[in-house]
Amino acid sequence: MNNLRWRILLIVVIIGACLWAIIPPAQKIKLGLDLKGGVHLVLRVDTDEALRLETATSAERVREDAATAGISGLSTKVLSPTQFQVSGVPPAQDALFRQSAAAVQASYNREGGTDGTHTFVMKPNIAIELAAATVTQAQQTIERRVNELGVAEPLIARQGTNDDQLLVQLPGMTDVERAKSVIQSTALLELKLVEGGPAPTKEALLQATGGQEPANSEVLPGVEGRAAAGERPQAVFYLVKKVPIITGRDLRSAKQGPDSFNQPAVHFELKADAATRFAKATSENINHRLAIVLDKSVVSAPNIENRIADQGQISGSFTMQEAEDLALKLRSGSLPAPLTYLQQQTIGPTLGADSIRSGLIASVASLALVGVFMLFYYKLSGVNSVVALIFNLVILLGAMSYIGATMTLPGIAGFVLTMGVGVDSNVLIFERIKEELAAQRGVRASINTGFSRVFLTLVDTHLSALISAAFLFQFGTGPIRGFATTLFFGLISNLFTATFVSKTMFEVVLAERHSDTLSI
Amino acid sequence: MQIFHNPNFNFVKYRWHALIVSWLLIGAAIVMIFTHGIPKGVEFSGGTQVVLQFDQQRPTIDQVRSALDRNFAGGGQNVVVNTYGAESLKSVMVRVPHTGKESGTELTQTADQIEKALKSANLGSFRVAGTEVVGPVVGEELTSKGAWAFGLSLFFILLYLWFRFELSFAVGATVATLHDVLITMAFLMFFRYEMSLNIIAALLTMTGYSTNDTIVIFDRVRENIRGMRKDNIKEIVNVAVNQTLNRTIITGGTALLSVIALYFFGGEVLRGFAFTMIVGILTGTYSSVFIAAAIVTFWPHGRGGARIAASAPGIAAAPRTAATARQRKGARSGAKA
Repeated sequence: MNNLRWRILLIVVIIGACLWAIIPPAQKIKLGLDLKGGVHLVLRVDTDEALRLETATSAERVREDAATAGISGLSTKVLSPTQFQVSGVPPAQDALFRQSAAAVQASYNREGGTDGTHTFVMKPNIAIELAAATVTQAQQTIERRVNELGVAEPLIARQGTNDDQLLVQLPGMTDVERAKSVIQSTALLELKLVEGGPAPTKEALLQATGGQEPANSEVLPGVEGRAAAGERPQAVFYLVKKVPIITGRDLRSAKQGPDSFNQPAVHFELKADAATRFAKATSENINHRLAIVLDKSVVSAPNIENRIADQGQISGSFTMQEAEDLALKLRSGSLPAPLTYLQQQTIGPTLGADSIRSGLIASVASLALVGVFMLFYYKLSGVNSVVALIFNLVILLGAMSYIGATMTLPGIAGFVLTMGVGVDSNVLIFERIKEELAAQRGVRASINTGFSRVFLTLVDTHLSALISAAFLFQFGTGPIRGFATTLFFGLISNLFTATFVSKTMFEVVLAERHSDTLSI
Repeated sequence: MQIFHNPNFNFVKYRWHALIVSWLLIGAAIVMIFTHGIPKGVEFSGGTQVVLQFDQQRPTIDQVRSALDRNFAGGGQNVVVNTYGAESLKSVMVRVPHTGKESGTELTQTADQIEKALKSANLGSFRVAGTEVVGPVVGEELTSKGAWAFGLSLFFILLYLWFRFELSFAVGATVATLHDVLITMAFLMFFRYEMSLNIIAALLTMTGYSTNDTIVIFDRVRENIRGMRKDNIKEIVNVAVNQTLNRTIITGGTALLSVIALYFFGGEVLRGFAFTMIVGILTGTYSSVFIAAAIVTFWPHGRGGARIAASAPGIAAAPRTAATARQRKGARSGAKA
């Protein structure tokens, strides 16, 4: 008897704790993207591009080192993301070149050497590390940007067979284009001295230098002047220094604010060492133009009027929103590699609300159908199974709320399925009790046998279903995971309610009245 | 109340008929795969899917289609237009097999083009309720992931059942599950449902569900083996199937009730899922009665069931005769302890 009291207490505590966890449902149950509405993106980080950049930098370094050592006239060529070639090494200086090129030996294997051509191949482990680091860095950058966007509970996760994909989920985000532009733009900021231009075409710009880019300079597209409202600024080309004075990494902070013409602009502050560098460069180049280059395109090229130390301003033809987003991107750092979109899904809030509504109707209908059937077929014992079923659902929701699992539309399907399949355990036990009763064993003995005989069968069926739920979780993303989670907890709580709770209820009834018949 | 009172049908006798019917269905589905191909949803085929919600009233499918023919470059035969959800939603789904380039922000260009094409056709004001753009890479990865998840889950269920029962049972259950999945896929083919993530999820769920029914029968087979040593395995299996018949039908019935509720009320997105589960539950019930048990009887058993019983010492056998009733009390208290 005492035993029974403890069992009732345990059930009450568990149900109470679960109810506490789910009431009120609107606040406690976390809804997935498919129910709440929002943006779901799958991006691939172009790690090859990051490798190519690294390889190009190394090639340049080898050339410079060789030049320092006195070998000039070398040409470099990037063959693939992990390979570059240096050619034109004079035979007499071959040994010297090998020596100076040893600087990149840690990362590259050098091959060849005949005809003065050397091929450098990045070591595979270095390439793999670099690719992985690129994805991690991209993920962190996107996380920072998304957090700054103010999206509640975003999800940024790695996935894909090469582990180079990022899944980004932004619940409640409605402005897809803004989300995409904030996430995607590389936001590589460079401040470079202008050597020539602006000119309307590349050819015009390079006329002075005979149609060739000078060794230390490059041509970048950009805009000139300020556009009138609703118009595009004029497209032009600039010749700028290859090496930037300042890059995005040197920024300490960036925020949107008006410029001297009261137009939206981005104000930034520099870190101490960068400020020293910037002060020196600006004081030496007064009355030169400084190109503000964003993602390889000149957004503006103001005149340097005096020495600038630790702060500056980027003005261009920005709207308030664009300036705001640019500041955000500069604060969160640049992406190490370009991103491509593999998948995009947007769920409008009405679509989500509609799914919730039909999910609720289906749940109620399922509960009603199954409940009525059980009451009809098992009479008073059916009440037992219906109560067990409702407890099952309460515990399932409670468990999901405690671990912070998300309810998705397929999750609702799992919920409905838990009802239909969950009563199986009751059916199995009740049918066994019926058999025992038919064999003229007493009510108490029949109930005991029914529960104890079927228990191991239930463990078997539940464990095998848990195995498939686990693989389902592994397979799916987002909504499907929600489904697998629901199934998983539904199975566990069902084992508890169909055996422990249901048995306790029978015992309570048996303790009340010593009947020799059972309504089943 | 009871559906069957002491049923005694000879299920094992009809195992050959059942196998032939199953193979015919599966064969027909395979022929259909070759002639018609597997219809794939946007997640697997890649492409652009747009759901448009109209403010006043839903235009007819033909109106939307002709608007696309006129205004959407490359429109025509490859465009799928369907009503989406209940009438009250006033929504239309448009799907085309291509996307913009995977680079940059161009992926959604096609979606924008569809929107523009319909705007210029004056079908009434609408807004885009949802879009889904899937590049071709995603579908390939999903297919291989789904296949792996399915294969591994079957394999581990097989291992578990081998551990808990014996190999012939485990193989029987796994083949029955495989059978259920194939039959369900056949029906998905007949009704031209598109492969979607939800349907794959339903198929995976079925592997767990259909094993359940089989386990219940096998558990009973094992239990009976002790009491019926002299009978041959066919007889033992048949008795077990009959003993559990009420349970099998009721369980199938309640599970069916809940997925039927899902089918009719669960909304557009879950309809394929619900259909898959409906077929899965029906075939799961059928296969655990006819197929799984039949496979156990095909399996060579040394000295009938004795070995099976011996291999499962953890389970006490239930008596079938009054003479062993006293033993059972001991077994029960043993199980409780």
